[in-house]
Amino acid sequence: MNGILVVVEERAGHIARISWEAVAAGQRLAAQLGLPVSAAVLGSQTEALAAEIATIQLDNIVRIEHPLLARYTADGFTLALQQLIEIERPTHLVLPHTYQVRDYAPALAARFGQVLIGDVVSIGDGPVFKRQLLQGRLNGTYRHTGSSPCFISVQAGAFRADGLQTSSNQATTAITILTPAIEATQIRTKPSQPFRGSSQTVDLGSAQRIVSVGRGIKDAENIPLVQELATALGAELAASRPICDNGWLPLERQVGSSGQTVAPKLYLAIGISGAIQHLVGMKGSQCVVAINKDPDAPIFEIADYGIVGDLFEVVPALIAAVKAAKQ
Amino acid sequence: MKIIVAIKQVPERDAQVRIDAAGKWIEEADLQFALNESDAYALEEALQLKEKHGGEAIVVSAGPERVGTTIREALAKGADRAIQIVCDDLGARDALGVARLLAAAIRPENPDLILTGLQSEDLGLGQTGVIVAELLGLPHATLILHVEKTETGVTVKRELEEGWFQTIELPTPAVLTIQSGGNKLRYATLMGIKRAKTKEVRRVTAADLGVDSTSVVVLERVALPQKQKSTQILAGTAKESAAALVEKLKFEAGVL
Repeated sequence: MNGILVVVEERAGHIARISWEAVAAGQRLAAQLGLPVSAAVLGSQTEALAAEIATIQLDNIVRIEHPLLARYTADGFTLALQQLIEIERPTHLVLPHTYQVRDYAPALAARFGQVLIGDVVSIGDGPVFKRQLLQGRLNGTYRHTGSSPCFISVQAGAFRADGLQTSSNQATTAITILTPAIEATQIRTKPSQPFRGSSQTVDLGSAQRIVSVGRGIKDAENIPLVQELATALGAELAASRPICDNGWLPLERQVGSSGQTVAPKLYLAIGISGAIQHLVGMKGSQCVVAINKDPDAPIFEIADYGIVGDLFEVVPALIAAVKAAKQ
Repeated sequence: MKIIVAIKQVPERDAQVRIDAAGKWIEEADLQFALNESDAYALEEALQLKEKHGGEAIVVSAGPERVGTTIREALAKGADRAIQIVCDDLGARDALGVARLLAAAIRPENPDLILTGLQSEDLGLGQTGVIVAELLGLPHATLILHVEKTETGVTVKRELEEGWFQTIELPTPAVLTIQSGGNKLRYATLMGIKRAKTKEVRRVTAADLGVDSTSVVVLERVALPQKQKSTQILAGTAKESAAALVEKLKFEAGVL
């Protein structure tokens, strides 16, 4: 193979969107380096997924199939991909930066004496890989100086999947099957079926306006202040992770990668710095307003309107202004 | 239960970010440092397990001298003793290099459980725990909110994306990376702070551990991010900027 290998993930029986984006990143890297791109799917039954990915211009598709890969385990996936890498010797491994990849890819890379460059947002000449540091306040440019393969995982939304080169003749894309040697005793963890958390009674996903509160609110007793603003605006109240971690608002009001994904007309972020885990949950909002005392807070990078100031002064003034505008 | 908690000292969340002269990291001279948040949850989980089942909670941390203050804080909260890996070039080591230091310090302790936060707030790599597990040949689970001891190991609650969870059974010894929010964090008591002063902090260097500083991934330079949108900053007093915002939302954005 000696080219770029993209490992795609399935979600509800289909190739997940972020995996298409990983393929796009693979093609970007391939164009720069003049290398072929292949893809691998893992599972106990991968025929349909392989057919789905064959619509894209690829050199080769590998179906890694084994009954022990039916359910994800770090041990199973690491062993399977280790064997594929040893056979195919790819120069680069491109993965989607999902919870699953974060769970096994660092160990897989370490097994080859390499280090995953994770959560990559762009690829530059070299190649060099850009990723965010300090919760999005800084960008870092990384270079792989070790031997092959170079492992990277790409952030959701960072590469556009709609520019993928489609296959002109998908019947000719070589699809091979690899049956890795895995023993049941090598799988040391026993995962359960995924289950939903508390029953969701708040559907933030369909809200037209959201007032969202973060760490800047300082104390549970200040929550009524933002609730009053939400009421004045006819908005749902939401929060970033630390607020729900502290139990100041219920988990079902959390926006971000571990909570709900929202896309309202108006998203008002109060005292939220804008870590990537929060941004992925709200960046589809039509109009983003940020109120924060820190002018360098990453939330301002994606805000349409910003007020740099003390939320305990700005929010009461805003409540008054909204009420006045309604009269 | 003998539990190791690997913790990291990171710049305070609100610290002013200024890029250093070499353009490779931020100016650290006048920064304040604190315990990484998810590591604080890992420590809390370890302390609660120890209180329930007995045993020992040992913190391990790598970094320059200043890391000592964060170690004392962990000891004040209830950790029994600490291993400080004194290392001035932590930033020059990649995730594998740092994990090698931690694994070498942890190995002779033969713990039942190794806990660490799921990722650091500065580099945000989220890899250290997983690589430590790989280097020690132990099973691992990531993004853990809750740990329950069983006859043969632990059962953990793992957070998945978009409000989904799963439980995982693991034999011990095992490595778990802890997600924030699973427990309520404790504060150090006055008594705890006093006791911490007498607790053992064993200091080792990278050379003592036999770990070199070879890296295969290099952070070449850092830069401030470019804005994705042109943000209109509404200046003035709180009253003026609030009035301007309502005006804009109503007539320019049309969302009120």
